[in-house]
Amino acid sequence: MKFLKLKPSVGLLSIPYSLIFIFFFFIPLILTFIISFWDYNEYSIIPDFIFENYSYIFKDCLNFEKDMCVTFKTYLSTFIFCFITWFFTLIIGFFVAYFLAFYVNSITWQIVLFLLCTIPFWTSNVIRMISWIPLLGRNGLVNDFLLSTGLVDAPQEWLLYSGFSIVLAFVHLYTLFMIVPIFNSMMRIDKSIIEAAYDNGANGLQILWNVIIPLCKPGIVIGSIFVITVVMGDFITIGIMGGQQIPSIGKIIYVEMSYLQLPAAAANAVILLALTLLIIWIMTKMIDIRKEL
Amino acid sequence: MLNKKNKTYYVCVFFFCLFVLFLYGPTFTIVLLSFQGPDGGLTFPLNGVSTYWFEELWRGGSVVDIGSAFKRSIILGVIVMVLTVLLSVSAGLAFRKKFWGSDTLFFATVASLIVPSIVLSLGVALQFRLLDDFTKWLGSTFDINYINEFFQTTLGMFTSGLGAQLTWTLPFGLLIMFAVFNRFDKSYEEAARDLGASPWKTFKEVVFPLIAPSIIGIALFGFTLSYDELARSSQVMGAGNTLPLELKGLTTTVTTPVIYALGTVTTFVSFSVIGISIACYIWLKRKKG
Repeated sequence: MKFLKLKPSVGLLSIPYSLIFIFFFFIPLILTFIISFWDYNEYSIIPDFIFENYSYIFKDCLNFEKDMCVTFKTYLSTFIFCFITWFFTLIIGFFVAYFLAFYVNSITWQIVLFLLCTIPFWTSNVIRMISWIPLLGRNGLVNDFLLSTGLVDAPQEWLLYSGFSIVLAFVHLYTLFMIVPIFNSMMRIDKSIIEAAYDNGANGLQILWNVIIPLCKPGIVIGSIFVITVVMGDFITIGIMGGQQIPSIGKIIYVEMSYLQLPAAAANAVILLALTLLIIWIMTKMIDIRKEL
Repeated sequence: MLNKKNKTYYVCVFFFCLFVLFLYGPTFTIVLLSFQGPDGGLTFPLNGVSTYWFEELWRGGSVVDIGSAFKRSIILGVIVMVLTVLLSVSAGLAFRKKFWGSDTLFFATVASLIVPSIVLSLGVALQFRLLDDFTKWLGSTFDINYINEFFQTTLGMFTSGLGAQLTWTLPFGLLIMFAVFNRFDKSYEEAARDLGASPWKTFKEVVFPLIAPSIIGIALFGFTLSYDELARSSQVMGAGNTLPLELKGLTTTVTTPVIYALGTVTTFVSFSVIGISIACYIWLKRKKG
């Protein structure tokens, strides 16, 4: 009877949560890895252990006399989107957080303005993307404005369904991922440190550069991880805002799945995941995430 | 000090206002354009004012069966919301102490937010495909009539779809719980225990009222993130599509303001849910005070 007297551990409360992650996170990812070595035909996937799915992805990639292979081109284009999006979300996110943390004095106003930034995150991404059409389209407001002021003679085609509109949509959708962690870091800064720097004769810019930015590093890193990974795996924003013309890894996986080339899609997914994890691993070397919550 | 109302302050205010305009401006334009007259197009100028496109949407004219997609999304959203609250609150309580596997579970939580959604969607789809193959194999090997006659697929909105969405909403729930318990004053709880309250009673009478406002926040994340989720859901919904999936399809086919009308309706639903949540949050905070 002794086991009946054991006090139920509070740790057991995590079981339902753990089951979801075992069944819908760990097993699917392991299966993806396994199936990336399988064979397939038009109808079915066939258990096997082959490397063709991988070698097909890098076909012609080591042949430097030809043009760059599709895979490298796609990754290069994705990295460029990552970098530009990261740059703009960081700058904008930092200054929004800076304003909220240091220039808004009352807690109530801080919460209200912070919510104002957060609310769009709880609405539909697709709607937020298509809402750029009336602004950027051929007959959109921006073109109307440019034409009426005589800045251009013809409607600008590069505004929509282009690299520009993709980056714009990314910044529009994901700057919040920068604001939240950076704001969180800034709220932890002891105001007396800033006071001390000020008393010792530092000017605003010096305080920003030598005190605030170093103390915000964890927030900046977490925000950067979010923004970079979300852009790396994206296929919806690049699809809709690029007019289905600009490639992305996510899109390749999506198309392969629709043709039921599941092992090929799995191989692409494994490479994408490995690259994403590599980037995160490098970035988390810099901080301990758990301390930041 | 920094908060002196100098020139930098006004530059910052101006910058912040621009940012808010950038956030809300585009959505505002499609709300405006959805109230056009019957001759309206996808861009300005407004051709008259009417509710024609909403009626068109209601009639289901040029659009696929939006009504049932809408209903499905709401039902799924509510189920995801309830499960997100229950599972992340209980896991949050467990995480207050170290337990076997807690580090792995924390790693999975953070990793789930970061794993590209299409990869996870593919993984879950593969898993359920293998499950289907296995079920069919069981049916034919052991001659189980029910399976052979009626079984089609295990893939569906309330199996794979629900699971895939939970991997997106649960991490937000647990992280909110972490934030709550990091700032939680344990002395109330200890007082209750000292006065002889059982663990369940302590939770019900002391801990729960204190964390109730934050639970509203978790519910809000659970519903809205499910209601708008797209990338993770894309491969795992089976036969019936959710609203965002239908919407994504419509972006390439529909060329009338009916899509703006739909956008206005879904945004209105989101805003209502957010508004109700914030009202509940404030009410609970007041009550406690």
